[in-house]
Amino acid sequence: MSGTAWREWLLTDTPHSRMQARAAALYQGWLAFRSNTLAMFGLGILVFLLAVAAFAPVIAPHDPYYQDLANRLQPLGTEGHSLGTDSLGRDILSRLIYGSRITLYIVALVALIAPVAGLIVGTVAGYVGGWVDMVLMRITDIFLAFPRLVLALAFVAALGAGIENAVLAISLTAWPPYARIARAETLTIRNSDYISAVRLQGAGPLRIITKHIWPLCISSLIVRVTLDMAGIILAAAGLGFLGLGAQPPSPEWGAMISEGRRFILDHWWVATMPGLAIFTVSLAFNLLGDGLRDVLDPKSEK
Amino acid sequence: MSALSFKDLDVWFGEGRDRVDAVRGASFEVAPGESFGLVGESGSGKSTIMRALTGLAPHWSGRMAVNGRDVPPGKRRDRAFYKTVQMVFQDPYASLHPRQSVDQVLSETLYLHGFRDVEPRIERLLDDVGLGPTFRFRYPHQLSGGQRQRVAIARALAPEPAILLLDEPTSALDVSVQAEILNLLTDLRTEHDLTFLMVSHDLAVVAHMCERIAVMRAGEIVEVMGVDEMRAMRPGHPYTQSLLEASLGYHRG
Repeated sequence: MSGTAWREWLLTDTPHSRMQARAAALYQGWLAFRSNTLAMFGLGILVFLLAVAAFAPVIAPHDPYYQDLANRLQPLGTEGHSLGTDSLGRDILSRLIYGSRITLYIVALVALIAPVAGLIVGTVAGYVGGWVDMVLMRITDIFLAFPRLVLALAFVAALGAGIENAVLAISLTAWPPYARIARAETLTIRNSDYISAVRLQGAGPLRIITKHIWPLCISSLIVRVTLDMAGIILAAAGLGFLGLGAQPPSPEWGAMISEGRRFILDHWWVATMPGLAIFTVSLAFNLLGDGLRDVLDPKSEK
Repeated sequence: MSALSFKDLDVWFGEGRDRVDAVRGASFEVAPGESFGLVGESGSGKSTIMRALTGLAPHWSGRMAVNGRDVPPGKRRDRAFYKTVQMVFQDPYASLHPRQSVDQVLSETLYLHGFRDVEPRIERLLDDVGLGPTFRFRYPHQLSGGQRQRVAIARALAPEPAILLLDEPTSALDVSVQAEILNLLTDLRTEHDLTFLMVSHDLAVVAHMCERIAVMRAGEIVEVMGVDEMRAMRPGHPYTQSLLEASLGYHRG
C-alpha cells in the first residue's frame, strides 16, 4: 500500500476490523501529539537517552570506572576527555553515558510500582466505598504524611544503602497521590449509566474495575506519572547526593554531583555536567507529560 | 401469571433525616406481551421503580416479581434475572463506555451471558437494530445519538430477554430520530415477543407505544388506565386531567 492509502486506511470513520479500529485510534492520538512541538522535543530527548543507555559500551570513549590519577580534574575539552575528568581521573562523559542506564532503571522501577499500587488502591476504594474506602484512604493519608527522605533514611538503616532501597523508599512515598487521583476518577465514573449497564449484564466488581474503570483512569495517571518523573529523578539524585542511594563508584548522576561538591569552586564542571544531565532529562519528562495530557485527557476529547 | 408484578413498593434514598421517599406504595401488574407505560412529571418516581427492580436503587420494600418469581431484597440479582430483564437507558451519550467500540460492548455482553457463538450473534444483533456491519468497529464518538441508542438497544437484546425496561429511550434524541427509534422498538417487540415497561413524560410517545398506562405523581400511582381512555380524554383522576391538558400545549388566553 502507498503512503496515502495507509493514511486513508488509518483515518477512516468506518473501520472494518478490530485491528484497524485500534490502529486508527492510536494514529489519531499520534497526530494530535505530533502537533505539539515541545512535547516532540521532550520525546526526542528521551528517545536519545534510551539509545545512549542501550548502546553505552559502544558510545562511551572510556571505561567509566578506569582511574588515572595523573589526569585528575582535567577541564572541559581536554584531549580525549571532552567533558573533563573527575577527582579520580575518570572520564566524565563516559560516566554520564553509563549513568543514563541507572537513571532509566530508577524511572522504570518507580513507574512500575507507584502508579500500579495507587491505581489498585484508589479504584477499589472508590468503587467499593463504605468502610473499605475509609480504611484504604486513611492508610493513604498515613503514607502521605511520611517525609520522603526520612523514610528513605529508615530504609537504608534497615536494609543497607543501595539503589533498590532508594527506589523502594521513593515508590512507597509516591503512590498516595495516584491513589487519590484514581479514587476521584472512579467516583465520577462509578454511578454513570455505562457502568450500570455492565452491572445489568451480571458483571462482577472485579471485571467492572479492571475492564471498565481502569481504562478511564489510566490516561490521567500516565500524564501524572510523566509529570512526576522529573521529581522522582531529582529525589533519586538527592538520595545519591546524600550518600543514601547509589554508592560509589557507581556513575549515578546524583552521586557524581555529590563527589564533585568538594571541588565546586575550582573545578566547576565535575558537578555541573551531571547536573545538566539531570536537568535535561527532567525537562524532557515534563514536556512529554504536557503533550500527553493534551492527547490523553478524556475531558478534551470530542 | 404476570410478567412483572409490583405490590406496595416503597423506594427511598438516604437514611434517617436525609431519607427521601421516591416511590410510595406502588402496585401494578404487567401482563406477558403487554406494553405498559409509566407517565408523570420529572421526579415523580417513574424511573426509580425500574432502578429498584434492576437493583440499581438498593433501598426498597414491598414485593416485586418477574414471571411469578420474587425478586430478592436489596441489590443482588442472579444471572437468570439479567437474562430475563434488560434495560435501555435514557441518555445514549452516557450509557456507552467512551473507550469501547460497538464490537467490544456487544461481545462482552454476549460473553457474560454465556454465549460462545459471538461472531454471528453480533452480526445478527446489529442487523436487528438496523445498523449494518460497517458500524461494528466504531467507537461511540463516531456515532450519532440515534445510532448510539440503537447500539444500546442491541446490547439490551443480546441476552434474549423477555422483558425490556425502557427508561425514556427517546427523550435525549431529536424528533425525527425519536420516531425511528420508537418504530424500531415496536418492530422488535412483535419480532421477539417482548414485554415492555416504558417510562416517559411524553404522553404522545406513550400513547403510540403502550396499551395501558399508570400515572404517577410525587411517588404515588394516582391512576392506571387504558390508552384508549387516555386518547378519549376520559381520565378518572383530576391530576391525570391536568396532565392531559398540559400535553395539548398552551392556549393563548
